[in-house]
Amino acid sequence: MDRFRMMFQYFQSNSESVMNGICGLLALASVKMYTSFDFSCPCLPQYNMAYGLGIMFVPPIILFLCGLILNRQSLVMLEEWRRPPGHRKKDLAVIRYMCSSIMQRAMVAPVVWIIVTLLDGKCLICAFSGSMDPEKFVGFANVSTVQVQQLLAKVPCKDDELIRNNTSRKAVSRYLHCWSQALGWSILLILIIAAFIARWLRPCFNQAALLQARHWSNYIDIEQKIFEETCCEHSRLFAHKCILHFFESMQQEIQLHSFSSPREGEGAEGGEDLLQGITDQDQVNKLLKTWYYEKPPLDVS
Amino acid sequence: MDKFRMIFQFFQSNQESFMNGICGIMALASTQMYSAFDFNCPCLPHYNLAYGLGILLLPPFILFLLGFVLNNNISMLAEEWRRPQGQRGKDPAVLRYMFCSMAQRAMIAPAVWVSVTLLDGKCITCAFCTSVPVETLGNASHPHLSQGEIQRVLARIPCKEIYDGQQLIANEVAVRYLRCISQALGWCFVLLMTTLAFLVRSLRPCFSQAAFLKSRYWSHYIDIERKLFDETCAEHAKSFAKVCIQQFFEGMSTDLVAARCHLPRKAPADAGEAAEKLLGITDQGTMNMALKSWHRCKPPLHLHPPALPTGNGWAGDRQPPTHASAPRKETAAYYSWV
Repeated sequence: MDRFRMMFQYFQSNSESVMNGICGLLALASVKMYTSFDFSCPCLPQYNMAYGLGIMFVPPIILFLCGLILNRQSLVMLEEWRRPPGHRKKDLAVIRYMCSSIMQRAMVAPVVWIIVTLLDGKCLICAFSGSMDPEKFVGFANVSTVQVQQLLAKVPCKDDELIRNNTSRKAVSRYLHCWSQALGWSILLILIIAAFIARWLRPCFNQAALLQARHWSNYIDIEQKIFEETCCEHSRLFAHKCILHFFESMQQEIQLHSFSSPREGEGAEGGEDLLQGITDQDQVNKLLKTWYYEKPPLDVS
Repeated sequence: MDKFRMIFQFFQSNQESFMNGICGIMALASTQMYSAFDFNCPCLPHYNLAYGLGILLLPPFILFLLGFVLNNNISMLAEEWRRPQGQRGKDPAVLRYMFCSMAQRAMIAPAVWVSVTLLDGKCITCAFCTSVPVETLGNASHPHLSQGEIQRVLARIPCKEIYDGQQLIANEVAVRYLRCISQALGWCFVLLMTTLAFLVRSLRPCFSQAAFLKSRYWSHYIDIERKLFDETCAEHAKSFAKVCIQQFFEGMSTDLVAARCHLPRKAPADAGEAAEKLLGITDQGTMNMALKSWHRCKPPLHLHPPALPTGNGWAGDRQPPTHASAPRKETAAYYSWV
């Protein structure tokens, strides 16, 4: 029992840290994904906006869904939500608490991606270079409308022959980069202030209800884990009994067919107890064949 | 048994994490394989499509099959599926659960390969470079080029060193366009896979939780039962071998004592375990004969019951006549010499 107690204590104390760990790993994975992704703006008028905004928003959705999938507690919460009440009432406050804690953890990686994208600037430059006002930049001021769209769309591609020597390319690029970084830092600042305020003000509002909700959500999680462990232990014992019964029934059958006197245990080697009365090649073959062709019923009464 | 119980508990609790670990390793291996693979677009009109799509679709198929091969549970599934019913009914829900969980894990490495390939862009660039819209992106009014010529020129887009169509359509423009399409496809593919995984995982508790718990329990049970049976058979084989060999040595020692007409030399009472372990074989010649006999004439796989202390010694009717008679023949020969 000691071993079980140790394992359960481990699970209990580390459920939160395991989830925080997964959250952190996903955030790191999101940064790594961004740095290894080879961003290449198409530099075409209709495609830039779709590509830039797509790279900014589609991976966060993927990361959010991954955060939900990898979090074990989301399954626990869903089961608790959908189960029939039975003898145990459902507490919506607990389900709400679990839901909000899951969502908060799942939001970290997408937010990290968006902030890294904005601070890096490539996405915004790609998406909005075609929306710049050409009058503001000397290099684009005297160009016809159709051509100016083409030129502006090529600003993110430094080496393109049409834009390589344009004096205002860098100006547009720097302008958009500046906006992108400002947006990134502002979002980061707002989120951190919001998190700070939420954490500070939380004890002022309904702390008792929060403690209850947290306790019961931990309880549901632990109960689920212990149930799974108990089922495993039970299936192991069941299998053990089933196999012992099978060997005994084979022994009885062999003795019945060969009319020999039942073998006495005394005076035998210690190892013979484990032989279960099956002591030659044919008997072993018969046992193995019967195990395959006629598995014993799932009944150890 | 305690040691076995601990080992089984380890396997049971860690079987899921073990399979997830293999799954993760295969996904990493698939990324590594892609980066180590030297992609070489043929840059010929009809070969590009075949090469590009082949690299995109064939390795995932191989990785999928490999995922099944490396999964230990596949033989368990096959055995449970094909066994005769006997006294135990078969539950198709359990088989379906086992198959689904194996297939889900086997799908991860192929999905990673396809995503990495699409996000990298080389395959799609190679496969579809001849379908680039020259009218919108390039100079379609370039004169004196037949359709076949245009195809040949476009097919060389992935190979920058030999590209000769810069007037028709700039190489960077075409590559950027194709890359953009490829990356968009890649992200959409990843989004689709993730959404599917999310739906599969989250809709299950809403619909069939009780049936799921049942299938999961019985699939674990079948696995544990198989492992326990193998362990029990191994234990049995060990005991069988031990008794068989012990009886062989006892048989040798008894026959040699009878052949030499010596009284069985009783080991002094204080010689202890070491004398017992010698099993009556105490000189080089005897040992050599025992070894030779073990090689030339292994004892049958048939254990006779232990000898009782009375005179004739055989309680059951299972005495192996062949085992006893061969050494007896040697005894007769020895006597005849004398």
